[in-house]
Amino acid sequence: MNAATTHQADLPLDTGHLVGKGVNVRHGTILTLEGINVSFDGFKALTDLNLYIGVGELRCIIGPNGAGKTTMMDVITGKTRPDSGEAWFGEQLDLTRMSEVQIAQAGIGRKFQKPTVFEALSVFENLELAQKTDKSVLASLRARLSGAQRDRIDEVLATIRLEGSRQRPAGLLSHGQKQFLEIGMLLMQEPHLLLLDEPVAGMTDAETEFTAELFKSLARKHSLMVVEHDMGFVDAIADHVTVLHQGHVLAEGSLEQVQANERVIEVYLGR
Amino acid sequence: MNMPMNPMPLNNSLLARAAGKLGPRASLGLGLLVLAVLVALPLLHLLPADSALHVSAYTLTLVGKILCYAVVALALDLVWGYAGMLSLGHGLFFALGGYAMGMYLMRESAGDGLPAFMTFLSWTELPWYWYGTSSFLWTLCLVVLAPGLLALVFGFFAFRSRIKGVYFSIMTQSLTFAGMLLFFRNETGFGGNNGFTSFRSILGFDITATGTRAVLFLCIVALLAGSLYLGLRLARSKFGRVLTALRDAENRLMFCGYDPRGYKLFIWVLSAVLCGLAGALYVPLVGIINPSEMSPTNSIEAAVWVALGGRGTLIGPLLGAGLVNGMKSWFTVAFPEYWLFFLGALFIVITLYLPKGVIGLLRKEKEQ
Repeated sequence: MNAATTHQADLPLDTGHLVGKGVNVRHGTILTLEGINVSFDGFKALTDLNLYIGVGELRCIIGPNGAGKTTMMDVITGKTRPDSGEAWFGEQLDLTRMSEVQIAQAGIGRKFQKPTVFEALSVFENLELAQKTDKSVLASLRARLSGAQRDRIDEVLATIRLEGSRQRPAGLLSHGQKQFLEIGMLLMQEPHLLLLDEPVAGMTDAETEFTAELFKSLARKHSLMVVEHDMGFVDAIADHVTVLHQGHVLAEGSLEQVQANERVIEVYLGR
Repeated sequence: MNMPMNPMPLNNSLLARAAGKLGPRASLGLGLLVLAVLVALPLLHLLPADSALHVSAYTLTLVGKILCYAVVALALDLVWGYAGMLSLGHGLFFALGGYAMGMYLMRESAGDGLPAFMTFLSWTELPWYWYGTSSFLWTLCLVVLAPGLLALVFGFFAFRSRIKGVYFSIMTQSLTFAGMLLFFRNETGFGGNNGFTSFRSILGFDITATGTRAVLFLCIVALLAGSLYLGLRLARSKFGRVLTALRDAENRLMFCGYDPRGYKLFIWVLSAVLCGLAGALYVPLVGIINPSEMSPTNSIEAAVWVALGGRGTLIGPLLGAGLVNGMKSWFTVAFPEYWLFFLGALFIVITLYLPKGVIGLLRKEKEQ
């Protein structure tokens, strides 16, 4: 039941908030995927996938439908176990051996493709539940918000521009607001690595622009991995782009380099 | 309360704001009134039978029974309304608590000998699990332990295997059915299909005496008030909010770093124990316990109480248990053969037209 404490006893983690603190990142790599293979009933979703994300990097992942982007996120967050291959968070945490909850507690936050928030709870309560703290049953029974925790929630409310809706049930928010709330919940977790699956889907142009700014300000303090189809958005934020195709990495580099790559053009335009 | 006092959202009308301010005070007043009536009932029962204000044993027993059911409804709502796990087997936990108390009552009326049904089966000694049941203190432990441990073991495996939704409901249903079949057998040592009855005394007091009945009734009122208070504290704690989150988006909650298993297990066991306590007070009041209490229909009926009253609220299930059982005791006298049809129709109507139950209806009225 007390996963937080037992987990921290056998894994070399502390509760540090900054990137790198707590997670051992000696070689400057926050996430290492090597030789990952995943297949579902014979269908190969990921084949020999290699991917490295550096500390403080903002990486965009693009690729046609069925390229394995979501499966890759499932592997990183412990939802899907790879058939073979290695997945490391920092130098010492073996993601293939950790549960979803342990991975979340170790500092990987994930935003789903479809915005998922706790609809019956208020915006404030959504952020309260996401806040980095002891998440065992006993702790929740006794929990009371401290002044500092309350300030932190207010801070994030301001960041995601939802101060005016703090007491509104999250279910009543607009699609874009839900996207922001979910991003805010990720921020409350103070993760080292954020995985964002199509964060600007369904957002207005103004909201997309604001999201781009927000992500750029998050990078360096956090490492971000963004899966996105909107090339304008990718161009606005990414310093590094990875193209996935049929379960493995097709190309990597700046957006310009990638767009000039013949194999990428072939995949996107059809042969 | 953890929530800060914040200005209400702008979209709320002035009227709703006024109602919101009046609401808590009015419902608190109403609650105190109901409590006063419930405390007065057993006292009026003590009056001489020819007094105009006398409350008959029939009435007191009926109301006491309904109050026990109300505790079950509240317990079921904690796991269904708040945590989103529909149990169709809560009658089992109720019956286990009842049987634990029944064992003590059987020993009390048997004196130094064996309970009558065992002599009838020509058994010469007590089965091992009957040892210590002549002690009231151990009986109280059993009342908590029997439903609590069963719920713990069942919940541990069910939640570990991530059994959810309709599969979970079917498994709880099977569990109570299996319990019923087991307790029907004479060899199980709980009196077979006759169960336990003809109790004489509890703690040395005559069980049919008006005074004993009045005290039992007060204990039930105390249990209900205690459960309600506990429910209120839980619902307002962060624990309660985690349960709601679990109900609506379990995946999101896991990716926030919460392990749902512990939360589910805690509320599940607590709910089972509350049912056990209700059963333990029900048996001496009503004077009988038999395996039909474990019948799946009983557990389904409990789900109807909660659905009718309003899931995910604390008062709703109490209202539902009161309404349905009130109707039942009238219906089964007036048109005995139609009660089950009526119950079924009621469930369909609630599902189609009143997804939030009577409470939802009342709230809607207030908002308009």
